[in-house]
Amino acid sequence: MPSAHKHILNPNKWVGLHADYLYNYTISRINDQDLAKDIVQDTFFAGLKAKDNFQGLASERTWLISILKRKIIDHYRKINSTKGKAEVKMNFYTDGDREGEWIEERVPTAWNSEIEKVIENKELREALEKCIGALPEKYAMVFKMKTIQQIETEDICKELEITSSNLWVIIHRARTQLRKCMEESWFKN
Amino acid sequence: MKLSCDEATKICDKNQYSEASLWEKIKLSFHLFLCKKCGLYSKQNRVLTKCFEIHKDSESRKKHCLPEEDKKHLEKEIKARI
Repeated sequence: MPSAHKHILNPNKWVGLHADYLYNYTISRINDQDLAKDIVQDTFFAGLKAKDNFQGLASERTWLISILKRKIIDHYRKINSTKGKAEVKMNFYTDGDREGEWIEERVPTAWNSEIEKVIENKELREALEKCIGALPEKYAMVFKMKTIQQIETEDICKELEITSSNLWVIIHRARTQLRKCMEESWFKN
Repeated sequence: MKLSCDEATKICDKNQYSEASLWEKIKLSFHLFLCKKCGLYSKQNRVLTKCFEIHKDSESRKKHCLPEEDKKHLEKEIKARI
């Protein structure tokens, strides 16, 4: 083994070298600053505990990111298991004769001057941020990874350990919800 | 061949990322031909995709940093545990 090429860990420098990178990575998936800070801290602590297992094959950052990814999956599992609490509003009937049809109050209605309203400005971004922020955490996370971070479907599925059909159901519910929210807060006034 | 509105709009959403299959697109066009509600959804979906694009561009310019005081605190905590 060419030991000269082995990476080493230097926990004294972790914060300076990697804290911003890990934090940025976390905040692009989890929309909550305090929670993101906690997850970064947990990642460093878990790294310290496991530092004797580090074999030096990957760089320090790659190794820390792999720990961070575990923390993010754990968080995703947690928010995914709190059933009933974190669901979006129903848009379609789920049983009976009308299964799969639009629920009346959720049917899309025509928007006013939509062309003029799709412009790069602060108000539009604020309206969007508010609507995305109003999504249950699980939906916001998957929607942002796919739409804002533009991560490949396959990679999101691997990262969160979900199937692609699962992913499209989440994206579908998130977008239907966002359509309704943007209709009320932006396109109708 | 026949889709429910729920299924049709799901394919429509998938199509916004250019990931619907050819067969899904054929089924979707057939549904949209007959269903005005989903037709409007589909039209508005393209508008929303543009909005999300704008949002994406402004988000990708942002860089989030961990505040200095949190860094100092973290450094202390790490040193205490080494």
